[in-house]
Amino acid sequence: MFDWLPIAVPPAPLFFAQLLVGLINGAFYAMLSLGLAVIFGLLNIINFTHGAQYMLGAFSAWFLLNWLGIGYWPALIIAPIAVGILGIAIERFLLRRIARLDHLYGLLLTFGLALIIEGIFRQQYGSSGQPYTIPPELQGARNLGFMFLPNYRAWVIVASLAVCLATWFVIERTRLGAYLRAATENPVLVRAFGIDVPRMVTLTYGGGVALAALAGVMAAPIYQVSPLMGSNIIIVVFAVVVIGGMGSILGAIVSGFGLGLIEGLTKVFYPEASSTVIFVIMALVLLVKPAGLFGRTA
Amino acid sequence: MSAVSLERGKAAPVAVWVWAAGLIALAVIAPFFFYPVFLMKALCMALFACAFNLLLGYAGLLSFGHAAFFGSASYIAAHAAKMWGLTPELAILAGVTVAAALGFVFGSLAIRRQGIYFAMVTLALEDGIQAVPRGYLFGIIDLNQTMVMYYFVLAVFLFGFGLIVRAIYSPFGQVLKAIRENEPRAISLGYRTEQYKLLAFVLSAALAGLAGSTKALVFQFASLTDVDWTMSGEVVLMTLVGGIGTILGPVVGAFLLTTMENYLAQAGSYVTTIEGAIFVLCVLTFREGIVGVVAPYAMGRRARPEPPPEEVQVEEHDVEKLRQAAGEGG
Repeated sequence: MFDWLPIAVPPAPLFFAQLLVGLINGAFYAMLSLGLAVIFGLLNIINFTHGAQYMLGAFSAWFLLNWLGIGYWPALIIAPIAVGILGIAIERFLLRRIARLDHLYGLLLTFGLALIIEGIFRQQYGSSGQPYTIPPELQGARNLGFMFLPNYRAWVIVASLAVCLATWFVIERTRLGAYLRAATENPVLVRAFGIDVPRMVTLTYGGGVALAALAGVMAAPIYQVSPLMGSNIIIVVFAVVVIGGMGSILGAIVSGFGLGLIEGLTKVFYPEASSTVIFVIMALVLLVKPAGLFGRTA
Repeated sequence: MSAVSLERGKAAPVAVWVWAAGLIALAVIAPFFFYPVFLMKALCMALFACAFNLLLGYAGLLSFGHAAFFGSASYIAAHAAKMWGLTPELAILAGVTVAAALGFVFGSLAIRRQGIYFAMVTLALEDGIQAVPRGYLFGIIDLNQTMVMYYFVLAVFLFGFGLIVRAIYSPFGQVLKAIRENEPRAISLGYRTEQYKLLAFVLSAALAGLAGSTKALVFQFASLTDVDWTMSGEVVLMTLVGGIGTILGPVVGAFLLTTMENYLAQAGSYVTTIEGAIFVLCVLTFREGIVGVVAPYAMGRRARPEPPPEEVQVEEHDVEKLRQAAGEGG
C-alpha cells in the first residue's frame, strides 16, 4: 500500500540514535519555546531576538573558556546571568518605550536587535562553528544494551527536562507565578493590588532571555558555537510555538519535545522530509485547530 | 501621493498630479544619469515593497515570509525562460501565477491566526520552501539591450504600482482599511473579512511575484537566496523606513536601502548590523517613515498624516492613566 514511500525498517542502533538526536533537538525546542511563551504572555511581544540570545549564551560560554579559562559548570550559571542582564537592559531601555504601541513594533524592534547581534558575530567569527569540548565529567558513553548513550547527551535531556519542569512549577504553583499569570490576564487590576507590574515585566523578559542563554550553553558542546546557530533554530521554534499554542507553559514543553522526536523519527523513515515535517504539521494544526494544540482561542 | 488628502474622499489635488508627472519624468530620464541595472534592481525592490505594504499598511497584516513569493516567482520565471524557452512576458506570467497560487495556500493558512501570530506563521511557512532543490539558472531574454530592458522594467513597475494604488482607493481597499482598524466591526457590518484578507494576500503575493520575476529577467539569474528570510526582513525595513501605509513610502525606502547596500558592499556582515540598527532607530523614533513625515509638507499643507496602524486597547489606556495617576515615569 505504501510501496511508493521509501520506507524500510531501519537497524535498531540507527533508530535509537536518531531518536536520541530528536530528543536532544526537542530539549532545545522546548527550552526556547518556553521562554518565548513566557515573554509573549506578559509582554505581548514575539521576541525575535530569542535566537540571537541563545547564540549569545553559547558564545558567552566560549568566551569564558577561551579568554578567562572558566569551564562549563560555572558558565552554566554565569552566561545566563550575563545574557539575562543584557535582556533586562533591552527591556528597560528599548522595549518599554514601545510597550503601548501596536505589537508589530515590538516584533520589528527585536528583529532589528537580532540583525545587529548576528551581524557583529558573523563579521568577527564568520559562519563556521567554534568547537567547545564536553566537560571531562561528562565525557564518554554508557552502553544501554540496545544503544550507546553519550553521557553528555543524557545530561542535556535530564537537565533540560528539569529546567522546563522547574519553570513550569514556578509559574503554575508559586505565589510569584500566580502574580505573573494574573498580570498576563489583567495588568491593571494586578497593579491596583499594589504589585509592581513593570518590574515583573522586566524580570520576566530577563528570565526568558536567560533561559535561551542557558539552552545556548548546553548546546555549545553539541552543535558547536556558531553565529548562525540562533537563526537556524528560531524559525523551527516559531513553528513549534504555533503548533503548541501560546496559551500554555506545559504545551510549550510537550510540543517542543514531541516535535523533536517526530523530526528524529522522520529522519529514520523518510529522511527527505525531516526538515519540512514540522512545517507540514504546523499547516495541519492550523487547519484543524487554529489556536494550536494547547492554546486557548483568543 | 499623499495618503492623507486622498483618503478623505476628495478628488486628487493638483499637487498630486504635479508630483506624479515629475516623478515619472524623472524615472524616464534617470537611466541617462545613473547605472541602469541599479535602477532596475531598485524598481523591482520598490514594487516588491509596495506589494508588501498593501498587506501591512492597508490590511494591517504583517507577513514575514513575503520573500517566498518574490523568490519562488523569480526562480520559476528564470526556469521558464531558460528551460521552456518562454518569451519574457510569458515567463513573468508563469512566475506571477505560481506566486499567486502560493499566496492562496499560505494565505488560507495564515489568516487562521490573527495579529501577531500571523507574522510567525508566515515566517515559518516561508522556511518550508527551502526544501526546493538549490541551484541557479540563467534566463535568456530578448531584451538584451540595457536601455530597452530598463523601460520594460519601468513599465512593469508602473503597471504594478498603478494596480496597487487602484486597489487601495477601490471599495475593496476601503474594506481592507476597515478590517485593519476594527475587524469585529467590519464583520458585524456584514463583510466576510476572511475572504477580503485572503484576496489581499493573494494580490500582494502575485505582485511580489511580478517583482521577483522581473528581477530574475534583469539579472538573468535567480537563486533561492531570494527566498531567504533576511530578504523578507529587508522588504519590511524598506516599508518601515519609507512609511508604513503610505503609497510612495515603500518606493522611497526601496531606493534608499538599495543605494545603501551598493555603497556598503565592502562592509561585509556589518551591513546586517547597520540594517538592524536602522530597524531599531525607526521603531523607536521614526515610526511614520520618510514619506509619512514629508508628504504633508510636499502637498503644501501641514496636516498631520494619518498615524500608522495601531491597535490601541482600552486596557492599555488604563495602564497609562494609572501610571500617570501614580506619578511615575514610564
